[in-house]
Amino acid sequence: MSGILVFAEQREGKLKRSVLECLALARAVGAGAPVHAVLLGGGTASAALPAIASELGRHGASMVHLSDDASLAQPQAEGCVAQLAAACAAVGPELVLFSASAMGRDLAPRLAARLGAPFVSECLAFARSDGGYTARKAMYGGKVFANLEVAAADGGAPVVATIKPGAHSTSGAVEASGAPAAEDVTPLAVVATEVRARVTAVTQSGAAGVDLQEADIVVSGGRGLKGPEHFPLVEALAASLGAAVGASRAIVDAGWVPHHYQVGQTGVSVNPKLYIACGISGAIQHLAGMRSSGCIVAINKDPEAPIFKAADYGLVGDLFEILPLLTEEVRKVKESS
Amino acid sequence: MVKRGAGSGLFVLAVRTGAAIPCPESGQAVDSSAGDRSLGLNIAVLVKQVPSSEARIKVAADGRSIDPTDVEYVINPYDEYAIEAALQVKEKFGGEVVAIALGPQRVEEALRTCLALGADRAVSLRDSSFGDPALLERSSLARARVLAAAVRKLGSEVVFAGKVSIDEDNSATGVQVAELLGWPHVSVATRLEWVDAAHAKVSREIEGASEELEVALPALLTANKGLNEPRYPSLKGIMAAKKKPMDTWDAAALELDQAAVGAGAGRISIRSLEPPPARTAGQIWTGDAREMVTKVVAALKNDRKLI
Repeated sequence: MSGILVFAEQREGKLKRSVLECLALARAVGAGAPVHAVLLGGGTASAALPAIASELGRHGASMVHLSDDASLAQPQAEGCVAQLAAACAAVGPELVLFSASAMGRDLAPRLAARLGAPFVSECLAFARSDGGYTARKAMYGGKVFANLEVAAADGGAPVVATIKPGAHSTSGAVEASGAPAAEDVTPLAVVATEVRARVTAVTQSGAAGVDLQEADIVVSGGRGLKGPEHFPLVEALAASLGAAVGASRAIVDAGWVPHHYQVGQTGVSVNPKLYIACGISGAIQHLAGMRSSGCIVAINKDPEAPIFKAADYGLVGDLFEILPLLTEEVRKVKESS
Repeated sequence: MVKRGAGSGLFVLAVRTGAAIPCPESGQAVDSSAGDRSLGLNIAVLVKQVPSSEARIKVAADGRSIDPTDVEYVINPYDEYAIEAALQVKEKFGGEVVAIALGPQRVEEALRTCLALGADRAVSLRDSSFGDPALLERSSLARARVLAAAVRKLGSEVVFAGKVSIDEDNSATGVQVAELLGWPHVSVATRLEWVDAAHAKVSREIEGASEELEVALPALLTANKGLNEPRYPSLKGIMAAKKKPMDTWDAAALELDQAAVGAGAGRISIRSLEPPPARTAGQIWTGDAREMVTKVVAALKNDRKLI
């Protein structure tokens, strides 16, 4: 048993940025142990796979296990898990890392169940300890943080973990750590799998905005906007900042915006560097999902709103007046810099 | 109240398609009633009881668990969409909906709610019988092994679960049940359309896009918000629920032993639980909008270097 295996998630020939975070984490945790990347794809992504393999090598993968096959053109869970299980059988890793993305969440628990492996999810921090690993994660939507201990493989199944995007910095450059930059690509034979849940199409959502979970800045709107016709005020501020757009549960339930906008315990938990809450009072389930943000700005006309207790900067006033001014000021700053 | 056997007479008998997949952890007898296709689809829904999203969560004195005092336990919000999806497929093709919950005795309240909503029967899996309840709480795989054994005993053909439980936030148990059963799964379903009683078209959300899938039963689907509009229990449903069967199954009933449930999964332990880091009091401004905007932009630009 040796080495750490990282799932190198790609979609349509583009490597997911958070994979680089997993590679950096694998190098940090592995302390010199080989880092194996598993890269799966086919169809239109085939042409991009060699370049992705090189990128993985440059970011510290000592070996890239590549399956390029038409059957893997779409991210079928059954096919991908079969490939990952085959890679685990070949490598015998002590740890398998996934990004806590839609695909990571879909594949990692299934692989863990196949291997009989302990599974830790949504890790905000992950480190080596005396007997194995420690992991930190939010529970109850961020109302509690758990420090977990996971015993090392000891000849048994590896530990399987998903890592929250943004939880580990990619800044530890390979060159600086002295890890080999040369890629070593080995083909991973395709395991014949009966695919019974078949992806037939992938359609981009209308708003091609910034992903809420990976965004450095999030601007969210709530009931203080008074109606869906005013949500563009939030979108305009977000656009000026290059931010992702979020929403409170109240306006999602009211049907103003689709549910994937929802920030909070029953939506997406976010921890951006900057969170701007516009017309959001700050219900406990909303606060749970955003209070670990680096800096919180709250705009609300009610000075008693709970959101101000979590805010670093609070603007008590009329958001219909404040938001356009703020958008304009941000634009000026961006233009002058 | 759900109409019993809606659409009866039009039941599709051939439900299982494709070859049976050998299950690595199977080997257990199936409920003798399970093979009777004249009853329509054999549907199961996995339900978890969790602290309400409005609940304040405090760490208990042991520093490793939460203090249950004054915590209101409810059906996990995403499981409500799973229950609704289960009831709708029964209304379409007929059959039986069985609600399954693993946990302490209080989960029977959640199961009674499922019966009031229209589930036909319920199975309570008392956690202490399957191993250390704390292990079953923190390890999705241990939970999945128990739940998969219950599904196998029921002979279910389609299983619904929530996409995530809002307590542990693992998004794992449902997917792991599918793996242990050797079934396909579709997670985070936001749209479900039945082609016939054995095939469905499902949409799921991924970052910035949605995926369309076709899945053949037997299969497990995990439900996201937006999949449907969960119904409320009617008074008639609540009354009827009191007479519906609720079974309690222990490890012996599922032919499981505690070592098998905890294998591998038991390597995870909670060292400590902590409240979120306290936030220092911020600067709150009132008054002229333009002045406040100037102050906040200066703070974000100069002090925080965020814009």
